[in-house]
Amino acid sequence: MPQWDLANSDCVLVMGSNMAENHPIAFRFVLQAKARGATIIHADPRFTRTSAMADIYAPIRAGTDVAFLGGIIRHVLEHDLWFREWAIPYTNIATILGEDYRDAEDGDGLFSGWQEESRKYSPESWQYEGVTMPSALAESYVDTEGFCEATKRLHEGPPPRDPTLQHPRCVYQVMKRHFARYTPEMVERVTGCPREVFLKVCEALARNSGRERTTAICYAVGWNHHSTGVQIIRSGAILQALLGNVGRPGGGMLALRGHTSIQGSTDIPTLYDMLPGYLPQPHAFKPHSTLESYLDAETSPTGWWRNFPKYAVSLLRAWYGEAAAPENGWGFDWVPRIVGDHSQLPLTVAMRNRIIRGLFVMGQNPVVGSSNSLLVQRGLADLDWMVVRDFAETDTASFWRDGHLVRSGGMRPEDIRTEVFLMPAALSGEKAGSFTNTHRLLQWHDKVVPPPGDSRSEHWFVYHLGRRLKDLYAASEREEDRAIRALTWEYPVDDEGEPDAEAILQEINGYTWPDRTLLPDFEALKEDGSTACGCWIYSGVFPKPGENRSRARRPDGPEGPGTHLGWGFAWPSNRRTLNNRASADPEGRPWSERKRLVWWDEAKQEWASPDQIDFPKDKRPDYEPDWSRKPAGMDAISGRQPFIMIPDGVAGLFVPSGLKDGPLPAHYEPVESPVANPLYGQSISPAAKRWEHADNPVHGTGDPRWPHVLTTFRLTEHHSGGTPTRLVPTTAELQPEGFAEIPTELARALGIRSTDWVVISTPRGAIETRALVTDRLRPWRLDGRMVHQIALPWHFGWVGYATGDVANVLTAVVGDPNTGMHENKALTCALRPGRLRRAGGAGVAREAR
Amino acid sequence: MSRQPPRRGLAERAAEFAREWSVPRQLRGADHRREAAEAAISRTLRPRLEEADRVGTSICPYCAVGCAQLIYARDGRPIHVEGDPRSPVNQGTLCPKGAATFGLMTSPMRLDRCLHRVPGATAWREVTLDWAMDRIAHLVRRTRDETFVKDLPDGTPLNHTLGIASMGGATLDNEENYLIKKLFSGGLGMVFVENQARV
Amino acid sequence: MEGGLAHRRALDYADRDPRGPIPQEAEITTGRRVEPGRAYGFFTDTTLCIGCKACEVACKEWNQLPADHLGLTGHSYDNTGHLGAHTWRHVTFNEKIGKDGRRATTMPPYQSHWLMMSDVCKHCDPAPCLEACPTGALFRTEFESVVVQQDICNGCGYCVPACPFGVVELSVEDGKAHKCTLCYDRLKGGLEPACAKSCPTDSIRFGPVEELLEGAKARVARLHAQGQPAAYLYGAPGTPRATGGIGRLNAFFLLIERPEAYNLPPAPSRPAPRALPSILSGLAAVAGLAAAALLIGVGRR
Repeated sequence: MPQWDLANSDCVLVMGSNMAENHPIAFRFVLQAKARGATIIHADPRFTRTSAMADIYAPIRAGTDVAFLGGIIRHVLEHDLWFREWAIPYTNIATILGEDYRDAEDGDGLFSGWQEESRKYSPESWQYEGVTMPSALAESYVDTEGFCEATKRLHEGPPPRDPTLQHPRCVYQVMKRHFARYTPEMVERVTGCPREVFLKVCEALARNSGRERTTAICYAVGWNHHSTGVQIIRSGAILQALLGNVGRPGGGMLALRGHTSIQGSTDIPTLYDMLPGYLPQPHAFKPHSTLESYLDAETSPTGWWRNFPKYAVSLLRAWYGEAAAPENGWGFDWVPRIVGDHSQLPLTVAMRNRIIRGLFVMGQNPVVGSSNSLLVQRGLADLDWMVVRDFAETDTASFWRDGHLVRSGGMRPEDIRTEVFLMPAALSGEKAGSFTNTHRLLQWHDKVVPPPGDSRSEHWFVYHLGRRLKDLYAASEREEDRAIRALTWEYPVDDEGEPDAEAILQEINGYTWPDRTLLPDFEALKEDGSTACGCWIYSGVFPKPGENRSRARRPDGPEGPGTHLGWGFAWPSNRRTLNNRASADPEGRPWSERKRLVWWDEAKQEWASPDQIDFPKDKRPDYEPDWSRKPAGMDAISGRQPFIMIPDGVAGLFVPSGLKDGPLPAHYEPVESPVANPLYGQSISPAAKRWEHADNPVHGTGDPRWPHVLTTFRLTEHHSGGTPTRLVPTTAELQPEGFAEIPTELARALGIRSTDWVVISTPRGAIETRALVTDRLRPWRLDGRMVHQIALPWHFGWVGYATGDVANVLTAVVGDPNTGMHENKALTCALRPGRLRRAGGAGVAREAR
Repeated sequence: MSRQPPRRGLAERAAEFAREWSVPRQLRGADHRREAAEAAISRTLRPRLEEADRVGTSICPYCAVGCAQLIYARDGRPIHVEGDPRSPVNQGTLCPKGAATFGLMTSPMRLDRCLHRVPGATAWREVTLDWAMDRIAHLVRRTRDETFVKDLPDGTPLNHTLGIASMGGATLDNEENYLIKKLFSGGLGMVFVENQARV
Repeated sequence: MEGGLAHRRALDYADRDPRGPIPQEAEITTGRRVEPGRAYGFFTDTTLCIGCKACEVACKEWNQLPADHLGLTGHSYDNTGHLGAHTWRHVTFNEKIGKDGRRATTMPPYQSHWLMMSDVCKHCDPAPCLEACPTGALFRTEFESVVVQQDICNGCGYCVPACPFGVVELSVEDGKAHKCTLCYDRLKGGLEPACAKSCPTDSIRFGPVEELLEGAKARVARLHAQGQPAAYLYGAPGTPRATGGIGRLNAFFLLIERPEAYNLPPAPSRPAPRALPSILSGLAAVAGLAAAALLIGVGRR
């Protein structure tokens, strides 16, 4: 949902986010909603500047979000508070599961399909009765027996449903059973949130949902950074789908992302597992050896993703130009295959294991930002070479001189063989280009001034590196060098050699091949090689020469309508609210005047809205597929199914494919937790990613050596890895030094006062920092004993005006099974007053226990 | 780190004091406000934005909210950065980080030369941009050629190198990410290409 | 405006970038033009303050003030400490969540249990600092704000103790008195002051004082109706706790606790009637003092 749409919310639940601090301008719209009478709720382990502005603050122990949200889901189902008329047609709540499914309730925390040897789930038993569902992700393929054939059943009719919800295997009944034990008492026991506060939250959400009212959920990395991160977000999505808060004004899930174009770098992924536009990177161990088998495995029979081949072939044409031909799968044969998880966490382990020898770091500071910083610093020292590009010297660039290991005597610069380049980079006003913000809005920025000295944009750097490499490989006859030789790399450059960013955006938008006429939209893409498109979801951003829609700067005036279609360009096709067909009832009428956004105009025979419709514009609400003709793609989606990217057109409360840790969210304790799971014998997520390494020890549940919960957080005064704020005087002075928040009771017990030095340690390492004693953290009474929680801001390092030890020295390389994201929001630690002994060859600073 | 106000000589200060000391004027007018008390600086004061010879539209480089900014520049240097009052995202406002964008662009700690650290060295040395680019291109080729794997023993194609990795992208432009993915993945066969999305 | 709707005048610049500062940009960002002859000021509504310190940063970036205090204070998130020569906005923090070893869970609406307030020069009327100034460096502008004219100030420092709020300070760098100017230069160009323009939640509102006052009274009434009966205005004429001897503060505040909870004096008084030098108290003496101070100021460097 657009951020400004929060002003239309009747209730905003901020959870997994410290929104007022980390996204203050988005929070502006929350306060606009509040001024109109909306209820603001903050559920968080810490009382923050966000909590201070809330009507209800619900304290929860770090890492217990699924228990809290599961409790709300139970409350809503048990008391029949969900939005029945919305959820029955628009979700899979009535869909019937196959007979083989066994819930975690029956497996003491394990769902059916768990394979102990490989420590993985097989989703075979999670399927609908008689229907194998491809994943709703672009990564459609699921590794099950006869997958491709089995999914063809979707051409024959929708998955079986029981709209009366009486069938014992319909999703409604399965969910009711699954969440039955998530009672207010259990929520209090697991999360520490007082029962009466929890119930207030339930009531506020239910009261502010339905035909006339909508609730929004805002989350951020406070949800992601857990071994159960994806299932936490799923819990929020289930709740919103039950309450009908999707695709409607003031309703939805707003992911508050951290970096200016982190959404753009996910859409056009500098990520290992995807190609631009959420197409899967080919995998050596999936049926991806040829383009034909790749398209066959990854194309969903029904829904919008049926268009997948058009997007894949057009991307290949954009990359390989003339060299792309049917005989080489339009160049697909050259695209590198992944063989496993190559994401951030295993990347750092691979450096340490000498698999990676050369590293580019462009605008990132992994020594501060990546889990287990000592492992990262050792890994950097194991490289042959590293290129750091940033606007100043970063902690990562200077690890060999000032790093924690050098300081503690564990390493000498003279012994570090890494060749390091530090190259000055241009900032946004010093180069032209587009950023994609957290609500999918592409916004252009101009080059207003030249970057100082030798500073260059990454356009410049990558373009010229590519030119040099193409020269180096120009004479090669080797098959493995075909890709670099074939790569299209012709971009106009200016006097300084800077490539024209608009020319690159035009390639991303797409054009006809070979005459290069810009495409109006992704609907013009073809799978026969006659179109080239660098990222299909961005198509339409540059529909004509001279029309860069990311640079559009036309806001809506006082009369509205408030969708601001003339400001920037939102992918796809400038749609501001996704799934907005759901803002109308099945017959196409708005659920209420108050929450009007999209409606069927019978006279014009099309959908009408102040927004762009996220649905076929002329598909009647009463359209039904003719199943006798085995419809494919969008022909198989009825006029009442708003979720066009999902093969059966409805929101998945229960997810048959695509998740690696279960079809429904279940509460698991963090991998390092002070207590065992009160809900299941399976205490931690069985599928959580673990990387065994001598530098990455992880301890078990309830280890008395590490008695306190440790959570990490970010401050409004600093940004992420800290480089762009610790090096700026006006922000650095606001939070000038690292510190740890310590609850008053624990500080008193240990004789610690504010600004005293303390040492915090985990099995990975120890840091020293200053204490900030505060009542904003509270002790938790868990199963009869007190558990304390310490909180560490995460931005500090040795570079800049504001410095402090790196919090990530303490964290472990442990992650979510679906995303590979780390679990730095909930782990355990030890605390003592005092300082670390430093230097003198004492080796790595590690607390002896 | 402080920005020093301009310092002037004693004679200059004394002369200015005599000229601008407003007490006699105020005695004559008996009103120590407005025109009577107004000094030269006050009379000629204007916001420095009016000195700009270029105003450009920009987007805040910090978080993903996407606040629009206007960058005011003169003679190729920024003179200030403010929230763009037209933007429906931020309506002219900025948070403490966004409000520091001018300070970011002009940080005294900014780097403007290429630095190189020889293996085992204890300090940086300055190198030219051209030398660095050449050296990096050669290192990339060497490492790629040493680590490239064409296929598995059973013939399954891999076409990849695990020997070179790239981190970063979330702070960069879409067009930059596109070039990175295209060259590193589509051209060179790197698979360890990651940004901050998981951090 | 709600939901990001733009002021009508902003549409003049739709898809057409301004070539310089937008004339009377303040009309777009505040709804009011800035015109000489009217009293302008700030209404700081603490119930909307998220303590982000954007005001502190925006002020320093605009006014080119140096960072001057690098150190962790241990007092909540306040590492700024106090207003001073280089700090013209200061956000105070007061944590109130713990009580008798317990933590509050019920939340009255708006800024419960962690008070945050952006403090600033009050641009008093009458202004004790201005009355104490023997050189006329401090003067009242055409916008009724109180400004130290740097080309006149000789650093005598009389204004410093005269200020009942501890706002004015002599800079260690140039020996002169410095404080908030209500962005005098920006006002002359029709721009909203930097702090108020940046404020993410509109906790700091800028405008004609009379209009601000009306809005502030309405806000107090609304808060009372919403269940925040403690809300009141500090420093506005005719409101409870009106200030002793000072008619009104052109920068006034909405508070929900006693002024001391925000580091504000409960009853700021005007020291002018006491023996402070004023313009009429002897020109020669004052001139002598000023000249001496000038020399001291120079010698200090």
